[in-house]
Amino acid sequence: MRHDNFRKTTLSLTVLAAAAALAACENPANMEAEQIGWRGVGMEQVTNRRTEEALRAANEMPEITPPVTPGGPRAGDIYQNVEVLGDLTITEFNRLMTAVTAWVSPDEGCNYCHVPGDFASEDIYTKVVSRRMFEMTKTINEDWHAHVGDTGVTCYTCHQGKPVPDYLWFEERGGPPQAGGMAASRAGQNLAGPQVGSSSLPNDPFTPFLLGEEEIRVIPTTVLPEGSNPRNIMDTEWTYALMMHMSDGLGVNCTFCHNSRSFFSWDGSPPQRVTAWHGIRMTRELNQVYLDPLQPVYPDSQLGPHGDAPKANCATCHQGVHKPLYGANMLQHYPELMAVSRTGRDDDMRAEARDNGAGPAIDTAAEEALEAARQAIDAMDEAAEMAEDDYADEEDGDDI
Amino acid sequence: MSMLSFEKKYRVRGGTLVGGDLFDFWVGPFYVGFFGVLTIFFSLLGTALLIWGAALGPTWNIWQINIEPPDLSYGLGLAPMREGGIWQLTTICAIGAFGSWALRQAEISRKLGMGYHIPIAFSVAIFAYIALVVIRPMLLGAWGHGFPYGILSHLDWVSNVGYQYLHFHYNPAHMLAVTFFFTTTLALSLHGALILSVTNPKKGEPVKTPEYEDTFFRDTIGYSIGALGIHRLGLFLALNAGFWSAVCIIISGPFWTRGWPEWWNWWLDLPIWS
Repeated sequence: MRHDNFRKTTLSLTVLAAAAALAACENPANMEAEQIGWRGVGMEQVTNRRTEEALRAANEMPEITPPVTPGGPRAGDIYQNVEVLGDLTITEFNRLMTAVTAWVSPDEGCNYCHVPGDFASEDIYTKVVSRRMFEMTKTINEDWHAHVGDTGVTCYTCHQGKPVPDYLWFEERGGPPQAGGMAASRAGQNLAGPQVGSSSLPNDPFTPFLLGEEEIRVIPTTVLPEGSNPRNIMDTEWTYALMMHMSDGLGVNCTFCHNSRSFFSWDGSPPQRVTAWHGIRMTRELNQVYLDPLQPVYPDSQLGPHGDAPKANCATCHQGVHKPLYGANMLQHYPELMAVSRTGRDDDMRAEARDNGAGPAIDTAAEEALEAARQAIDAMDEAAEMAEDDYADEEDGDDI
Repeated sequence: MSMLSFEKKYRVRGGTLVGGDLFDFWVGPFYVGFFGVLTIFFSLLGTALLIWGAALGPTWNIWQINIEPPDLSYGLGLAPMREGGIWQLTTICAIGAFGSWALRQAEISRKLGMGYHIPIAFSVAIFAYIALVVIRPMLLGAWGHGFPYGILSHLDWVSNVGYQYLHFHYNPAHMLAVTFFFTTTLALSLHGALILSVTNPKKGEPVKTPEYEDTFFRDTIGYSIGALGIHRLGLFLALNAGFWSAVCIIISGPFWTRGWPEWWNWWLDLPIWS
């Protein structure tokens, strides 16, 4: 009897565990695969039709505002305090304002960015921010053709009907320091990072790579270790974390851009990798020049736990789709967005940022965070070296 | 070929699964049987197909020879020989050869009046292969999901398919399989060491009895699984290693399309703390 009970318990537990494991999975009848490389090498994107449908429904281009007839007086001549949209005609200007309201603050309306009754007033931070966003959109569409192509972006690409886009990032410094040496920073250990595909890799690869300009490539270019590559295994975790974010943010797997037999080799990589390479540089510029410097403008409620401004990563535009809005060309319907004039200050800052790498465009808080990340990496390196030295000492000791 | 003195009396006719007396004979030490003939047929044909595929390919470098499955666009249909057909026929030959070998093991077991443990154990390995080239491709709807036959190319496939799920070490069945593989080697090495320690004594010393084996483990960890038990455990560990390897690849794609780390969100989302 006891034996029977044991069998029954084991059987029911096994069935229960199997059912639970399957319940956590997806329905196998829905899968679809696309081949993206030579046959048989496993270069494939496998998608679930059902989740793909939901994603498509969530990423549809909104209805186009009816275009306006050209001509008429300049908005800059009629309205007060129009800095970057002055070259639009007033009909274009009003069309764009209507569209932007629908894209960004459909529930809040005009007063989300304007002081009621005084549209020219600067006494509301959202107006200052949105002005920079117009300039940023122009920069993306004009200077980053290599990444956005002719499709370009609009406010809707990121905002999708919400005043604050769904996917943003703030600095995370790996949690409170816990001990000395190697254990000083968790670097994401045992934390499922929502921004890095739920892995326990460093949770914030954005501060070093998408705000700072740390080297992402870690793979050595020589077959044998010749001391020419200072990157170690711990550095690869940061790179891996960024790549996890990119995959997740674009709803693709690693083979979308890489043939994993040789991650660094451009020869074997699908062409999307080139687009992504430019995307990383673009996101850096957007964070350095536009998003991070807005920090003083925001109220505390909009800042991150370390007091930094909300910033962009790949998911901000892509929203889980390899081409935002599945490649719908929305920009062509809104030529007004290309008529934005960028202020001189803007160009200076961009030039400065480009000349200096992670230059003065990055504010002090960001620099601190970057420094913290660097120190965490250095501390781990040092600890690893110390451990190696200790090991070597012990070996020497044996000889004596 | 010589025969051991006691072997003769075990060489009895009968016990075949199909074909009656046909092929029910030995060649030297080897039992032939219907399935032995089938094994030879499939393995020779399969090898010939691989050599043909290599001859059509760009290289005779043994590392680089690559017999690829068809493009995904062929779905579950047949592909032209040069575009995956050779892979498809080779796969049929491989399954035919492996299956025949298992059935030959079954026939020999029957002749000897033994249990079917060996053919069943070997079938788990065949299942793992079939999982890769039949079950998973059928679930995903194309033979092109099978792995290519080539020393380096199949490694490229393994790597890329792993990276399709971002971080394969988070695949729960992969975790089990890896654990079982390591545990198998641990158990085998402990068992091997234990047996040698009692049966290979110094010159002049007597061979120790199984009680010594049991006592060693009772002294070490408070429990000995016993002489029969260790073999049950060994088989259990080894078969689970192969079985969970098959499961880990079957669920990758047909039952999960995203990164494996994300699968574990069910744990983070348990209502007790989320």
